[in-house]
Amino acid sequence: MKTYFSLRHRRFPVSLHIHKRTLWVTLLLALATLVVAIISTGMGEMNISPIEVVKVLLGIGGEQETLIVQEFRLPRIVVGILVGAALAVAGSILQGLVRNPLAAPDILGITGGASVTAVAFLLFFETLSIKWLPGASFIGATLIALLLYALAWKKGVTPLRLVMIGVGLKIVTSAAVTLLITFSPFLLQNRAILWLTGSIYGVSWDDVTMISPWIVILLILSVIMTGRVNVQQLGSEIATSVGNTVNRDNFLLLLMCTALTGTAVAVGGEISFVALLAPHISKQLVGPSFGSVLSVSIFVGALIILLADLVARVAFAPLDIPVGVFTSAIGAPFFIYLLYKKRNQ
Amino acid sequence: MQALQTNALTLSYGDRNIIENLDMVVPAGKITVFIGSNGCGKSTLLRSLARLLKPKTGAVLLDGQAISKWPTKEVAKRMAILPQSPIAPEGLTVLQLVKQGRYPYQNWLQQWSEEDEKMVMGALASTRLTELADRPVDSLSGGQRQRAWIAMTLAQGTNTILLDEPTTYLDMTHQIEILDLLFELNEQEGRTIVMVLHDLNLACRYAHHIVAVHDQGIYAQGKPEEIITEDLVRTVFQMDCQITTDPLFGTPMCIPFGKGRKVVGMKKQMVSV
Repeated sequence: MKTYFSLRHRRFPVSLHIHKRTLWVTLLLALATLVVAIISTGMGEMNISPIEVVKVLLGIGGEQETLIVQEFRLPRIVVGILVGAALAVAGSILQGLVRNPLAAPDILGITGGASVTAVAFLLFFETLSIKWLPGASFIGATLIALLLYALAWKKGVTPLRLVMIGVGLKIVTSAAVTLLITFSPFLLQNRAILWLTGSIYGVSWDDVTMISPWIVILLILSVIMTGRVNVQQLGSEIATSVGNTVNRDNFLLLLMCTALTGTAVAVGGEISFVALLAPHISKQLVGPSFGSVLSVSIFVGALIILLADLVARVAFAPLDIPVGVFTSAIGAPFFIYLLYKKRNQ
Repeated sequence: MQALQTNALTLSYGDRNIIENLDMVVPAGKITVFIGSNGCGKSTLLRSLARLLKPKTGAVLLDGQAISKWPTKEVAKRMAILPQSPIAPEGLTVLQLVKQGRYPYQNWLQQWSEEDEKMVMGALASTRLTELADRPVDSLSGGQRQRAWIAMTLAQGTNTILLDEPTTYLDMTHQIEILDLLFELNEQEGRTIVMVLHDLNLACRYAHHIVAVHDQGIYAQGKPEEIITEDLVRTVFQMDCQITTDPLFGTPMCIPFGKGRKVVGMKKQMVSV
């Protein structure tokens, strides 16, 4: 019990029970994210020292450095952090919800659903403002999630059936995306394919303003929903027993997961396995209590994307490899390992 | 008024009725045990009392009002259920599990009131888990693990606790340990305990009130020493037996007939079928 400390307000009904380990792990990871972000911002075709980057951030940098950092490098870093956090939280929610460590929006086809509607949006609604793209991918993600539940439902949802049907749906969605691209004009094809591999190449401040409100709202909602995820992790019967409105909250959480996925996909495309890896790493660090997983996974997700993108950008220069290639390279073997570990259950 | 009762309750899975048109009252402040053969619907009945299963027709009444009319958090402050062999997420500590019992009293601003702390510490103490509070639930023995789940329902601070086969998969020592704990909770704090048990002899020993579920309804109910007969066992369990008296507790004891090794010198009539 020394693992926790409590904070209580004397007059208002406000109180917190804080897991000490979670607190310092979160602070350390936040610091690490900041450091990596600064170093990464400085690296590229023209190297800028971290100190110079900090100067630019404080508004006292040189003219050329300021231009490079603010216009070209920083949007990509910020988008990387936002997308990583969104994917990590989406995965954490989904794993708590379906009580399955194999669950992740990309593995279950939810990301695929987002891609289908996003590509369709780019194709058929060219005249509409790009700021509706997250909305479009949210709709696709939600439709696939609902379809997944409907197909997997047979007096409840067993984890294995969910994964099997999810894998099936994922194949269907990628076929649909291929079909859409085949029939699209040449100019769009290149853009769509690059986007699909999962890339934050060439993002701008417009992308940041497009996704940040969604992500901030959804993260706040996730914090509010923490207690509900915690009891849902104990199974629907226990959740009912302690007074959780299971079906309603289940649906709300699923929507939050698809909204986070949709937002991330709208800018980053299909960046695979971050949503699977980040919650796992977080649980290893601080245990499965959702409040802990939430606060830690935000930074784990951000760090994975930042580091993968840094390697993708710098190691093969002048080639700029899509970040999704690297997350898959780490994530796919890990997924196989998880399947292998669970083979007897 | 009785705390928990059913009113013309019919439960079904698909088209098949499991329980039909049942009126029953759970005696408040007592230990009630549901017995019956596999698949007779005793667990189904218990689950419906706890609103885990919606009735086809009829209703479960809590303090005189249909349970479906209550806000679910209000029900959770009055009644807790522990399902059969629940599973905690890997790595969740005992404290983190027991805390979840406070869910009906919490919101996202009020996450750990003094009352929460008092109830959780009390639940840990009465299940003798205070020392193990920071251990992961999955690292505990079967008996300790079951105590942790019971501690969670205690933290919920309800007058009524329902348990679906709380002793399954436990060895004899731990079965007795769990049942003793529940007996104490009833004895010292007057909590109403309702549970499904498979072991008829333990049911007779711990229950004030036994409900024999059979043929979509209740075959008999009452004090074990008044209702447990060879006829009842024959009808409810389709098994012949001899009912004697437990030499230590004086409660009814069921010795099943059947095959088995006979020790030389045994009186013949005691093992004849």
